Amino acid sequence: MRRLVVLPLQKSLEIAYKSIRARFFRSLITTLTLVLAVSFLAFSLITIDIADSMLACGDLNFCHMLMRCGYDVLPGDICLSASPKQRWIITLSLLVCVVGIINAQLMSVTERFREIGTMKCLGALDRFIVRIFVMEATMQGFAGALMGALLGGAAALLTALIRFGSDIIPVIPWQTILASGGIAILTGVGLSLAGVLYPAIIAARMQPVEAMRVEQ
Amino acid sequence: MTKKQIVRVTEVTKDFDLGKIVVKVLKGIDLEIETGKYVSIMGPSGSGKSTLFNMIGGLDKPTTGKVFIDEVDIAQLDAYELAWLRCRKIGYIFQTFNLIPVMTALENVTLPMTFAGTPGDAAVERGMALLRQVGLDGRHGHKPSELSGGQQQRVAVARALANTPSIILADEPTGNLDLKTGEEIIALLKEMSEKQGVTVISATHDYKMLNVSDQVIWIRDGRVDKIQERDELTINTGGMSS
Repeated sequence: MRRLVVLPLQKSLEIAYKSIRARFFRSLITTLTLVLAVSFLAFSLITIDIADSMLACGDLNFCHMLMRCGYDVLPGDICLSASPKQRWIITLSLLVCVVGIINAQLMSVTERFREIGTMKCLGALDRFIVRIFVMEATMQGFAGALMGALLGGAAALLTALIRFGSDIIPVIPWQTILASGGIAILTGVGLSLAGVLYPAIIAARMQPVEAMRVEQ
Repeated sequence: MTKKQIVRVTEVTKDFDLGKIVVKVLKGIDLEIETGKYVSIMGPSGSGKSTLFNMIGGLDKPTTGKVFIDEVDIAQLDAYELAWLRCRKIGYIFQTFNLIPVMTALENVTLPMTFAGTPGDAAVERGMALLRQVGLDGRHGHKPSELSGGQQQRVAVARALANTPSIILADEPTGNLDLKTGEEIIALLKEMSEKQGVTVISATHDYKMLNVSDQVIWIRDGRVDKIQERDELTINTGGMSS
């Protein structure tokens, strides 16, 4: 018989959930960076989606409106894309967000050194620790990204309505918007996971001896 | 009944490489600890007491020499087996209690059982029984921050007993407690050791411990200074412990 220690998935989910709840405000701040970055991403994507569909319906009136609002519409264009500058800003904002998450998660690992060491003394394997951190990050990431996508989407729709008036309501491409929201959410979860990877590995590699040391 | 050794330490040395200098903390230690005894490891700070203690607990590996727990050489174990050993064979008690702050008393006690694969209901039942045993009936829903130091240490004792280990390792278990609470914890450990036949090994400065110890191992300057049995002890330290 192989002597194995186990941690059922449901139990690790429970532990991760409790850890988030216990440090609610800390998690909130970590999540907030994500909300902002994802909402910016969603806003940019959805704004382009709306402009695209306005262009696609072929109404000249819409074409003029778009040009007046600063879009570079050339005759014959059927789709618009983000300008290089816009793409650059989005990338940068996502990058800053990841750095912020790494920072917050590293702090959380340091704060929980003793807890992690104790768990290892009780028989936890390295991968239990990684799993708990990854699950926490996924939950935070999903919650944050969902909120961000909703916020960004709402902002994009509102801006479009204010800019172009209620005439655009029939041409709003709901399906594409939903897809863009999905992309933003996935990106957000991905960022959250990318941010937790290094801190989680640090946590998992910690020697249980550290838990015995008396310093606090 | 033949006397069985639960822990055997042979010619263990431990060096710490600090870059420029190498500190020899343990300089050749031989020890045998019998099953079911209550053993105290005593020694001044810096004597290598904690290092030896960590070796026995499988938390650290010796530079040379061998440590056997239940006749298994711990240097031969891989990460999985070591985790299993920590989970099933050894119960740890710390000076700073080290309960998981986000979990309730009961959850703290059941955590090692979860690692050991005990099904949820059985773990909860056993957890409650253990809490009752350590005198914390009705406090299972409390978080560590809602318990006093002595109560937290009681939860830690219950947690250490969760998987019916062969050894309980207690590192200065009374170090952060006042005199009376410390005595209560010592009495509790002694009771567990007698009732359940668990070997209790504790590293300590606390002379209150000597009263209940079957054997005291004095460590000095990285070597075993002397080993005293229970009957020699009362004569020698009677004056100090009162």
